[in-house]
Amino acid sequence: MGFDGVTLLVIALMALVTYATRAGGLWLANRFDLSERAGAWLDAIPGAILVSLVAPTVLTGGPAEALAAVAVVAVALRTASLPLAMVTGVVSVVVLRALS
Amino acid sequence: MQQRDAARNEERVTFTLAGALAGARRCVPVAVSGCAIGLVFGTLAGQAGLGAGEAALMSALVFSGAAQFLVLGLWASPLPVVAIVLTTLVVSLRHLLMGAALGPVFSRLPRLKAYGSVYLMADENWALTMGEFAKGRRDGAFLLGGGLLMALAWTSSTFVGGAFGGAVEDPARWGLDFAFTAIFLALIAGMWKGKSNILPWVVAGAVSVAAHHWLPGQWYILLGGLAGSFAGVVRRGL
Repeated sequence: MGFDGVTLLVIALMALVTYATRAGGLWLANRFDLSERAGAWLDAIPGAILVSLVAPTVLTGGPAEALAAVAVVAVALRTASLPLAMVTGVVSVVVLRALS
Repeated sequence: MQQRDAARNEERVTFTLAGALAGARRCVPVAVSGCAIGLVFGTLAGQAGLGAGEAALMSALVFSGAAQFLVLGLWASPLPVVAIVLTTLVVSLRHLLMGAALGPVFSRLPRLKAYGSVYLMADENWALTMGEFAKGRRDGAFLLGGGLLMALAWTSSTFVGGAFGGAVEDPARWGLDFAFTAIFLALIAGMWKGKSNILPWVVAGAVSVAAHHWLPGQWYILLGGLAGSFAGVVRRGL
């Protein structure tokens, strides 16, 4: 089990950047009142990022991926269970790929 | 007199072992699913060329599923350091808002406890903590307790996945390549608040697909995320 120098550097930088965002929000909130516009922008980021993450796979990946995505969203809306949604996605994409 | 005491009590912020244990207890289901996802992450990290120890170290230090899965897509030799760090930053921007939301309560804690606890702030324990605060139970250690359990589950399962996940030769054959797409889709479904989401999400999706098609690498995430979030501001007429 080896550790590569550049890999360790990248991991350290990633840790630094994520911690800066975790502490940064707290720090900013203690100092400034965020404007309504800035608040609305921050508010919209998580959804926009997540949609951007999955859009190419779901919309251009093929019928199996698109149908499996519909199944995942249906299960997630019904049960609000992350593990159940994940299992649904994995199982349905395997079945649908085998069929197509 | 009694009234004043009650008011002071309501505003009091504690940081107790009982609070940490309560947070850990509430995070048990999250930690269990985190184990399954950690196994997948460890496996995929191994296929991307990371050792089991390196992958586990990343899980312990970075502690961000979304960022870690994403950078695996960039993992190549030589490592594109700038792209990896930028991607991590972009994915982590949501933490700014989450941390800001903790501000009113956490600003009353000693600095070390507040800034130490947010190291282990993830979507799930943060959401549960905000729920506790809303009910008037203001124990800052609730976030830390949940975070410690999640970090333990996430890091150990990453190691196991990295060390033994090599048995999964082709993740696509087992649908594992779709596992995190499914997780993100479930998170999106949970974020749905109504029609106000339509415009930013359609813009994000359209820009992301276009950028994915025309640009190399992972720029589609940054561009889609920026376009969608700005559309969200415009939508609110601000």
